[in-house]
This record gives sequence, structure tokens and C-alpha cells, in this order.
Amino acid sequence: MSCCAPPVDMVLEIERAKSAGPSDDEILLARRQLGNGLNQTDLSVPSVHCGACIQAIESGLSRIPGVESARVNLSTKRVSVSWRGNDVPAVVPTLARLGYPARIPEDIEIEKDGTLSELITALAVAGFATGNIMLLSVSVWAGADGPTRDLFHWLSALIAVPVMAFAGRIYFRSAWNALRHGRMNMDVPISLGVALAYTMSLYETITHGHHAYFDASVSLLFFLLIGRTLDHLMRDRARAAVSGLIRLSPRGAVVVRADGRRDYLPLADIEPGMRLFIAAGERIPVNAVVLQGSSDLDCSLVTGESGLQRIAPGEPVLAGIQNLTGPLTIEATAAAKDSFLAEMVRLMEVAEQGRGTRRRIADRVSALYSPVVHLTALLSFLGWMAATGDWHLSITIAIAVLIITCPCALGLAVPIVQVVAARRLFESGILVKDGSAMERLAEIDTVVFDKTGTLTMGRPGLRNVTFVDEDDLALAASLAAFSRHPVSAAVEAAFSGRSDAVAYENVVEHPGLGIEATFDGRRYRLGRMSWALEGRDIPNSSAGTALAIDGALRASFDCTDSLREGAMSAARELAGTGLSLEILSGDKAPAVAHVADMLSIGMFKASVMPSGKVDRLDQLRAAGKKVLMVGDGLNDAPALSAAHVSMAPGTGADIGRNAADFIFLRDSLTAVPLALRIARNADRLIRQNFALAVIYNLIAVPIAILGFVTPLIAAIAMSGSSLLVIGNALRLRANEKRFSLSLPAFVRHFAGTRKAVL
Amino acid sequence: MGTLVYLLPIALFLGVLGLVSFLWALRSGQYDDLDGAAERVLIDDEKAREP
Repeated sequence: MSCCAPPVDMVLEIERAKSAGPSDDEILLARRQLGNGLNQTDLSVPSVHCGACIQAIESGLSRIPGVESARVNLSTKRVSVSWRGNDVPAVVPTLARLGYPARIPEDIEIEKDGTLSELITALAVAGFATGNIMLLSVSVWAGADGPTRDLFHWLSALIAVPVMAFAGRIYFRSAWNALRHGRMNMDVPISLGVALAYTMSLYETITHGHHAYFDASVSLLFFLLIGRTLDHLMRDRARAAVSGLIRLSPRGAVVVRADGRRDYLPLADIEPGMRLFIAAGERIPVNAVVLQGSSDLDCSLVTGESGLQRIAPGEPVLAGIQNLTGPLTIEATAAAKDSFLAEMVRLMEVAEQGRGTRRRIADRVSALYSPVVHLTALLSFLGWMAATGDWHLSITIAIAVLIITCPCALGLAVPIVQVVAARRLFESGILVKDGSAMERLAEIDTVVFDKTGTLTMGRPGLRNVTFVDEDDLALAASLAAFSRHPVSAAVEAAFSGRSDAVAYENVVEHPGLGIEATFDGRRYRLGRMSWALEGRDIPNSSAGTALAIDGALRASFDCTDSLREGAMSAARELAGTGLSLEILSGDKAPAVAHVADMLSIGMFKASVMPSGKVDRLDQLRAAGKKVLMVGDGLNDAPALSAAHVSMAPGTGADIGRNAADFIFLRDSLTAVPLALRIARNADRLIRQNFALAVIYNLIAVPIAILGFVTPLIAAIAMSGSSLLVIGNALRLRANEKRFSLSLPAFVRHFAGTRKAVL
Repeated sequence: MGTLVYLLPIALFLGVLGLVSFLWALRSGQYDDLDGAAERVLIDDEKAREP
């Protein structure tokens, strides 16, 4: 792998990290104390991607005084730092200086539940046993006879014991759980087949019989475990990537005590009545009222409004809103558990219940499949009993039927396809939370979009620039660098780097107006047109942002929330495949209508409350629609849980990301049609695999019923059908490759034209 | 049959040896960072570089 080409999964939005490094206080809250004054902090470092990165980070960090050791894990893109004392060493700034923005990962508890190590241990034991038992079985099929055959059978029985204990347990447990709740899943016939095959073979061995099915029962478990382990690995990887995304809700806040002392308290300890200090750029942690200061607030993630909101003392603010331009002192009016965020969580829980239980395709199939299989086995037992009256022969044949129909291919049919599909999505920067999401995505007939932050970028992009002198643009960019206002960010991003930064003095940001500085005895203003021009004649276009020197207009910038890259083509493609599209936004009607018009989406609703979004989704569901919800904000989170299946951008609110089934990490909205296409392909392959399994059974079952099945035939039939199913699943990769060859070329073309416009 | 008496135990012992060493490697965290291990081979040892 070449070091300098960023790998495909390194698309975790790094550019936004500028303002998001965790503070020392946050690290103190998140540390793990190991005893002896030693602390450990795990940081997520998404941009690590090669050996040089490992070395740069490890040697850079271990040189900081106080740091005991640092170890990078390249697979999970984490660095684990152990350090001494109560003062946090400069780990995060050092990482940022080295070019690796770090953040505190979301706590994901599932990661440590030991399922993976249980699966891998089981897989290792099953693999070992399968190999050895097959070796012994081949000798038996080759003609080992008499005491040698008995010896081989006994050895096989012995080797199979740990497999039943380690690998079998996973299936027996799941099957028992299903049966206890009166349900059927794929693990029931598997467990029954494996357990009966083992018992019968043991009986055969004791009575010096000819046929033992130890190899069948063990290799069955081995094949199935491969599918299950791959599935688990894929989901683990998606989870690790999600947990590395930027945390948007703060872990705590600076509390100003009555005596002026400032403490950083965790979110849970903040009570109503406490005074909090919120610096520019931070998010409001709890619902509160502003006491002091004025600022511009970015509410896009909370209410979906795209415009900034001016705030003054006495006005209320909601948890999750970002404070942009000035420091604020606020008084908490609710604890974190009663704040806006918590309200969303409650709405999500209600929505979750309303959506009812979904059953995965595999479980639906097995609900049909298992009774048929069990009935067939029972009937062949009764038939042979009636015909021959031989107990032993009848039971042997019935069990052979169970083994041959054991859903080996069925158990692999779904997970293998989903793992291949999830990998394809992962390479395109789309994460899937679990396999059932892919099944649900393939069923949708309606797509509902949020506007701000989903169809649009949620931050302004430069539309139009007029200027007197080109040097003015560089002046504007270096002045804009002092502000967190989104328009400033857009100006800075567009024109920085054209010349050296100007050494401005006395930089002051006036919330709601703009930024002011002096340089060389002249006053520079970048901000609202009327303010920057200091009351002079405003040129015909009065809107927009201006750069003025001593009140004389030098440049003007027209910024609007721009459409997300690929929004047009995504909307066109989705509409083209016969889906109905809709926009539900918390923003005001004109802004929503404008976007809907650009994308030619007929249905839209503006100024919708979070509960209103859920109501609309309920309405659609009542009308029999299967809805894909795409949204990013806090206000979308309940709707994301209510929808049939949901998708969120990686830049969305934490809670929305956790609620969504799919997360796309790249900016382009073409991720939506791409995911849909892959899900539909996967769905088709799964159905084909089921068809293959049925055809296999149609051939194999009569042979088994007629009593012609020997362990050799069972082994060939079972591995043959498994290989067939796996091979078919891999076709998904081949199909998509042909497509993906053309995609990067298209993206490059698109990116090129965009640059030319600017 | 006579040869089997010692060949089989040897074969099984070697198999178990492989299994046990795999499980040991798993427990001792050697599979925690496969990508990192592949890259670390290429990193020079800090101590070796100092004179």
C-alpha cells in the first residue's frame, strides 16, 4: 500500500476537526485510572493509515513529558496513551501538530462483550476438528474395515466433543432461545440436525455400525460459523468507524461558581440554576437562558433552520445549539436528562416501539422451511417403519434426511451476500449497522429527506463574488480566519493561501454584525453590508457580506446554503427508479421550496417539528409505504427511528448517527442511490441463493428418503451446495466492480467542473 | 494397524499443538491489530538507530 494515497476508509470528515479537538477537561473525564497514578486514554485518530503514521505518532507522543507509553492500533485507528499524574500531557495538541486530529471515541459497549473471541475460538476448534475428522472419514470411505473403522469412529467421536461444546453451544443457545419464545429461526433445524447426527453416530460407533456422520455434523458447524464470524467482523468494523466520528454533544461544561471559580463538570452533574460559561465554537450542553453576552447561534442541527439566530440576554437556548461568534454566560433551566436532547431520546423510543418487530428474511424462510423438513423426516421414518418394520433402518434414514436437508446453504445464503455487500458499501464510505438494514432498504418505495445538512451542506458556500482588486480577497480571507461564523469559514476556505496572512491588530468580533480589525492605521471590516460600509451608500444589492476599508467597499460575497454534492443526480436517479421523494424540514417555507424546486421534488413540508416528522412517517406507513428517511439533525433523530430504514451523513448529530441504519461518510449524496442499488442487488442474490438451496433439496431429499445416502454422499452434497452459494454471493463483487470503475472518473470530472466555476 | 498406534497420536498431537498455539496467539492479543502488525515490520527499532 502506498503511504501517501489515503485509503478508501479514511474518509471520516477530517476537515471539520479543526475546532473539535477534545479539551483537557474532557480527557480527564474520559480517562481510565490504572492505579499507581497511571492513567490511560484511548483516542480515535481517523487519519492514521500507514507505518510511517504509527512511528510518527508513537515517537512524537512518547517524547512528551508525563507520557509513559503510546501505542497505535492501525486496524481500529485508535491510539492508547498511558500517562502519569493529574495534569493532562499535551497529547491532543501534539497529535494535531503532527497532522492527526484526535477525538475521544464514543463508548461502544458491545465491542467488549467477547462475542467475537467466542466465535473465533469456536471457529478454530471446529476447523481443527473438521480437518482431522475428514481425514479419518476419508480413510473409512477408502475402505478401512473392522476394528480399524471402529477405532477411527471412536477417535472422530472424541474429537467432535469439544466442537459440540464450543461451536455447538452458540447454535444450541440461540435455538433454545427461539423455541422458548415460541419462534422459529434457522438455528433450530441446524441444532436438531447436528445433535441428532452426533447421537446417532455415537450409537453406530458403539454397535460397530458402518456409517457415522461425525464429519457431517462437524463440518456443518464449521461452514456456518464462517458465515457468522464474517458477519460479526463486518459489523464490528462499521461500529469502530462510527465511534471514531466527531462527538457533537459535549461531555461536560464549564460551571461558574458564585465565587467566580470555574469547574468543568460532567454533563450529568449539571443542575438547573447553575451558571455555565460557553466559549465561542462550543455547543450548549443543556436547555438554558442567556444571562450575559451576545452571539450568533447555529441551530441547523437542532431545529433544521439554515439561517443563523442572533441571541441576546434573557432569551432561551436549546441543548445542542452551537454558539458561534461570542462567549455567553447562561443559566441552566433543565438538567441534561430533561433537556431537548433527552426529549428527542424519548420520542425515539416511542417511535421505535411503534415500528413493530421486523423479521429477517432468513427467519421468515426458516419459519416455512423447518416444519417442512421436520415433517419430511418424520414421514420418511413412518413410511420405512410401515414398509419394513425395522426400527434401526427407519431412524437412520430419518436422520439422514435431517442431515441432508440441514440448512447449511440456507445459513450461508444470507450472511455471505450481506458481508460481500457491506464490504462494497464500506469501500464507498457507507457503513451498515446490521444486515437486516440491507434487507429493509431493498424494500423501500418512498424516500423522505431532511433539508438542512442533508440535501444541503448545512453551511454556506460562496455563490457570487465581486471585488475591486484581487488582493482584497486575500485580505478578506485572513480577516475571516479570526471568526467561526460559517460565512467567514466559506470566505477563508475559498481564498486563503493566496498570499501571506496579514498581521491584523485589535481584532474584535461583533456578534450579528461582523469582524473588525486595524492594520496599518486603517480600519478593516468584514461582515453585514450595511455595518461594514458604516452607513454609506449601499450598492444596489444590499444583501450579502462585504469587506470594507475605512467604510469603502472593497469586495462583496454572496453566500447561500449550497446543495450537497450529488444531490441533483441522487434525486434524479431515485425518482427515475420509481420512488416517490419528499422533503420534511424544520426550516422556513421559502428556503425549503427553493431546494425542492431545484431538485424537482414535488412534495415538501416546511417548519415541521420533530414530532411532526414522526407523525408524517406514521401516516405514510399507515398508507402501506416503506420509507427510507435520510436526515442528519437532532430533530430528525425520532424520524430516523420511526422510518422503515434510515440513513444519516457522518457529519450529523451523534444521536441521529446512532439511530440510523446506514451512515455515509463522504459528502456526496449519491451514496443514497448507490446503497439502494447494492441493497437491491444483494436482495436479488439472496433470493437466488434460496432458490439454489431449494433446487439442491429437491434433488437431495428424494435420494435421502429412498435410503441411498451414505456419509460420503452427504459430505459431497453439503459442501457442494455451500460452495455454490458462496460463489453466487461473490458475483455481487464482480457486478459492482464494473460499475465502480466508472464512478471515480465521474466524481473527478464533477469535482473538476466545480473548481472551475469558483 | 500396528503403525496406526503411534502415527495417529503423533498426527493428533501436532494438530492439537497448532490449535493451542493459535488460541494462545489470540488470547495474547496478536490478532488485535493485523493491519498495524503488517506495517510495524517496516519500522526501524528506536534503539537500533542510536549509536
